[in-house]
Amino acid sequence: MAEAQKPEYWRWLETNWVNPDIKWQEVQFITAGIDVGSVSSQAVIMADGKMFAYGNMRTGSDSPDSARNAIKFALEKTDMPESRIDYCIGTGYGRVNVPMADRSVTEIACHARGANFMYGSEVRTVLDVGGQDIKAIRCDDKGKVTNFLMNDKCAAGTGRGMEVFSDLLSVPIGEVGDRSFQIDSEPIAVSSTCVVYAKSEATGLLRKGLSTNEVLAAYCSAMADRIFSILQRVGIEPEFAITGGMAKNKGVINRLKKKIGLEPMKTEWDTQLAGGIGAALFGLALCQKGKGRVK
Amino acid sequence: MITAGIDCGAKNTKTVILNDGEIVGRGSVPTGFDQAAAVKKSLEMALKNAGIKKDQLERIGGTGSGAKSIKQADVAVNEIKAIAAAANFFFPSAKTVADVGAEEGRAAKVDEKGNVVDFAMNEKCAAGAGAFIEAMSRALETPLEQLGPLALSSNNAIPMNAQCTIFAESEVVGLIHAKTEKKDISKAIHDSIAARIVSMIRRIGVNPDVVMMGGVAYNPGFVAALQRELGLEKVYIPDMPEYGAAVGAAAVAAKIGK
Repeated sequence: MAEAQKPEYWRWLETNWVNPDIKWQEVQFITAGIDVGSVSSQAVIMADGKMFAYGNMRTGSDSPDSARNAIKFALEKTDMPESRIDYCIGTGYGRVNVPMADRSVTEIACHARGANFMYGSEVRTVLDVGGQDIKAIRCDDKGKVTNFLMNDKCAAGTGRGMEVFSDLLSVPIGEVGDRSFQIDSEPIAVSSTCVVYAKSEATGLLRKGLSTNEVLAAYCSAMADRIFSILQRVGIEPEFAITGGMAKNKGVINRLKKKIGLEPMKTEWDTQLAGGIGAALFGLALCQKGKGRVK
Repeated sequence: MITAGIDCGAKNTKTVILNDGEIVGRGSVPTGFDQAAAVKKSLEMALKNAGIKKDQLERIGGTGSGAKSIKQADVAVNEIKAIAAAANFFFPSAKTVADVGAEEGRAAKVDEKGNVVDFAMNEKCAAGAGAFIEAMSRALETPLEQLGPLALSSNNAIPMNAQCTIFAESEVVGLIHAKTEKKDISKAIHDSIAARIVSMIRRIGVNPDVVMMGGVAYNPGFVAALQRELGLEKVYIPDMPEYGAAVGAAAVAAKIGK
C-alpha cells in the first residue's frame, strides 16, 4: 500500500511579479540582484533603479541552480531576454555560487541598502529574520551599514525554526500568525532555546492539554523573545523596519512589537526582497559610474 | 556496604548496585513521561540483576536531569559530582571527565580523589548532545548503531558548515543530493559533534587522562573523532558507559559517613 504523502505545511507561497508600466526597451540600465539564501532565493530586476520584476522561491540543494531558477522565475512574466541585463550582483548565503553574477556583495550591506529603498531614508534599524539567520543592522540615511549583529549558528528564532514547528503541529505556515491569536489567554513562552528541545517541550504541552493554537502562541512568544534579545544587543533606533520572511508572521511580529514598544515601518513590497533589491541597486550605482558590463 | 545509584536522564533511567566498590547489578529503562515509574522500574531491575532485596541497600544516591523524581533517594548527588566520582571509580588516574547524554553534555576537572575542581555544561543546545547524532541518523536514513562504524570507513574530511542540529539536517540532505558518499557525511557528522564537546571540555582544560562517559561513548565514530579533535591517542571509556553517572551516585552514597 502506498504511504499517503504528508502535506508540506512548512511550504510558503512562491511568487513572481512584473511592473506593467515599465518598457525595458526604453531603459538605460537594467540591473539584477540575486539573493540566494539558505531557505529562499530571490531575483530582483530593476530598471534605472525602479522595480521591474522579481521572483521569490525556495532554494534548492544547489546554489547555482537556485540562482538560475530564481532569475528565470523573475523574468517569466516579462518578454525581456536575460542577456539584456547590464549588471548582476549576487548576495546571500550562496552569493559566491551565483554563476551569472558579475560580483558579490554581503547580504548585510544589501539588506540595509534594500531597506532604505523599501521603507525610505528614515529607516535606521533593520531587523532581518531569514530562513537560517537573524540580522540586526543599524544604518544611515543612505542605507549604509553603521553596525550590525548576526546569529547564524542557531535555528532559534529563525524561519527554519518556524517551519519545523508548522510541520510538527500540522499548521500551514501562512496560518501560524492568525491562529496563534485564536486563544483565550496568552500561554507562557516555550522555555527551551534549542529548536530540537522546544519540539519535545511543545509535545509535552499538547499532552498537558494545551490546544494547538496555544502551543503556537507559546512558540511565537519564544521566537519574539529570542529575536528581541539580539535586537537589544545592537540597540534599536527609530525608524525601525523588519525584512525577511518572518516579517509576514503576525504571531511573532505583534508579540515582538509589544516588547520593543515601536511600530515597524510599512512597505508595499514583499519583505523577502530586501537583499535582492539592495544588490540590484549596488549594480545600478556601478553602471552609473561606467563600471558596468562591457558589451 | 551495598548502595544504589539512580540516574534519571532525559532518555533513559539507569540504576547501578554497588557492593564494596564492585558493580553487582544494573538496570536501565526508557524514562518516558512518567519519571517516577521509570525510577521504580529501573531500581527493581537492578536489584533483581544483583540478586538482593531493597532493604539490603544501605543508601540510595539519585542524580540526573530528573533527579527530583527519585523519591527513593537518601541523598541527591549533583550530576557533576556524580561523573567526577565515576571517573575516579573506573580510572583513578582521571583528570578530566566528559559525559554526553541524550540532551545534555557536561565535563568536569577532577583531582586524584575524584573531587570536582572545575566544570562546564551544555544543556541548551542539541548540537553537543546525543540528540544531534539521532537527528543525523534520521536525516541520513542510517540506523544509529551503523553510523559510527560507517564513519570509521571514511578517510575524507568534508566540512559541515552548520552547527545547529536543525540546520545540519538540511545540510545533510543537501550533501546527499550532491551525491556525497554516506560514509563521508557520517564522518563529518561525528567530527561536528566532537568539535562541540571538545570546545566544552576546553573551557575547563584538557588534562589527561580523559574519561568519556554517557551513551554517546558507545559510538566508535564519535570516540575516534573525539580523540582526533583532542589530539590524544586514547580516551578512557568504562564498560557500559551510559551507567557512568549512576555508578558515581552509588559511589558518593557509599562514601557518606566515611
